[in-house]
Amino acid sequence: MATSFRQVLQTKQFVVTAEIGPPKGTEIAKLQDNVSKLRSWVDAINVTDNQSAVMKLSSLAACRVVQEAGAEAILQVTCRDRNRLALQSDLLAAWVLGIRNVLCLTGDHVRIGDHPQAKPVFDLDSVQLLQVVGWLNQGRDCVGHPLEGATDFFPGAVVTPGAEPLAPQLLKFRKKIVAGAKFFQTQAIFDVDQLKRFLDAAQPDGIPILVGIVLLVSPRMGQFLNENIPGVYVPESLLDRLASTPKDKRVAEGIRIAGELIHALRDGHLCRGVHIMAIGREEKVPEILRAAE
Amino acid sequence: MIVARRKPLSEIEAMLQDLSRVLIVGCGTCVAVCQAGGEKEVEILARQLRMRARLVGRQQRFDEITLPRQCDPEFLEPLTSLAGSYQGIVSLACGAGVQLLAEQFSAIPVFPGLDTLFLGVSESPGIWSQRCRACGQCILHLTGGICPKTRCAKGLLNGPCGGTHFGKCEVDRETPCAWTLIYERLTKLERMDLLERILPPDDWNVVSQPARHALPRQFEEKLARS
Ligand code: SF4
Ligand code: SF4
Repeated sequence: MATSFRQVLQTKQFVVTAEIGPPKGTEIAKLQDNVSKLRSWVDAINVTDNQSAVMKLSSLAACRVVQEAGAEAILQVTCRDRNRLALQSDLLAAWVLGIRNVLCLTGDHVRIGDHPQAKPVFDLDSVQLLQVVGWLNQGRDCVGHPLEGATDFFPGAVVTPGAEPLAPQLLKFRKKIVAGAKFFQTQAIFDVDQLKRFLDAAQPDGIPILVGIVLLVSPRMGQFLNENIPGVYVPESLLDRLASTPKDKRVAEGIRIAGELIHALRDGHLCRGVHIMAIGREEKVPEILRAAE
Repeated sequence: MIVARRKPLSEIEAMLQDLSRVLIVGCGTCVAVCQAGGEKEVEILARQLRMRARLVGRQQRFDEITLPRQCDPEFLEPLTSLAGSYQGIVSLACGAGVQLLAEQFSAIPVFPGLDTLFLGVSESPGIWSQRCRACGQCILHLTGGICPKTRCAKGLLNGPCGGTHFGKCEVDRETPCAWTLIYERLTKLERMDLLERILPPDDWNVVSQPARHALPRQFEEKLARS
């Protein structure tokens, strides 16, 4: 039997995960195709849950598609769209369908998505959701009732190393560990020093951290991230580097930038691995990893 | 207090267009303070409606009265003799006041003149902000006097989301991130212990809709009577 993500995190030197977004609709051919291109390169594939509050095919169904296409899935679960009943029953469903890893997130507010009129739920927060996963693993629900058959999920969480101010973010980071997070995937990092500052302050003590890598494809994208995505900082030097690259070579340059960053993280033993978010260009993940060698 | 905002004139006008005698009822409590439904606002609305009626050639009469409070039957007394001579009542109270009027004068249609917004405070002249969502289990002693259920856009109980940005909220860059405020306040109060405590999810059953509240003594008397 293939090694599970949970085991890989214990044994492998440098772990790689990548993110895939489900389609907006029922057309899953591209999703399957991306999985087949990625599966020999990554240890697990995250599937986003109505990312940026934009309605998509459910993460649960897409995780199943990912696993049928031969990769191990990490189910992203946000607190935005479901109350505690729905979250628990979907988690049980995920277990029954063979999903073993869950990433617990708060979720972006509906107001920034494509259904701003919807009722935001947030019945639980990400810390409480991690606790619930822990209880399901122990064979009971969040009010203490016994389950006929428990789960045995491997729960993870997210952290934003570049959050400003950092102290409240660290408070939540520690609560997530107490609530049962066994690994972390981070918001995008472009600056190794920023990550070092976070690690110095956070003292993650052995809890595996997979650093978020976003594929930059233009200086405009970099500026957009700087201006609109909290806690993400693209240094001026990278913006200049892309700006001075001819337009038709910018994706290739972005791949080199991502590769160099991964290389630096691995060589410096700064983290247990990386989490690649290629946002719509998932098929480039193998090239990024080749550039990191 | 309860904060409300007057509905647009066109919306109120449309509700009333078929009525010839209308009473506009203001409320002298919360909505008077937030300048939405007090005596002055009643007068303004009446004047506007009269002008519109004249302009489009409708025969309509608008009378005015402002009660000290609309959410208590005692204070509705003065309307008992008046109400019968009107075809409709516009209430400039919060949604609770409108409903009590509608209940007490059930033979006459009652129209809401305001949109009720939230429970809040006066921030500075002319600006009000939400502070409480009446959850029925106050935790302000644990959060430095800042309510995360109300002032965090996601009502998070255990610290900021990843969207907090230089002390502002991801949902609206004008609004402070409640969790940055809570963190700062509790640090200042030297209550780091409270920051580390994991708070459980809300119990929505405490104030389940439609909620009711009785003083213990009243409740016992009622039980004894039944
Ligand atoms: S915790 Fe917040 S919502 Fe609940 S009663 Fe206190 S201030 Fe109001
Ligand atoms: S940024 Fe702060 S106030 Fe806004 S949703 Fe996140 S934690 Fe709540």
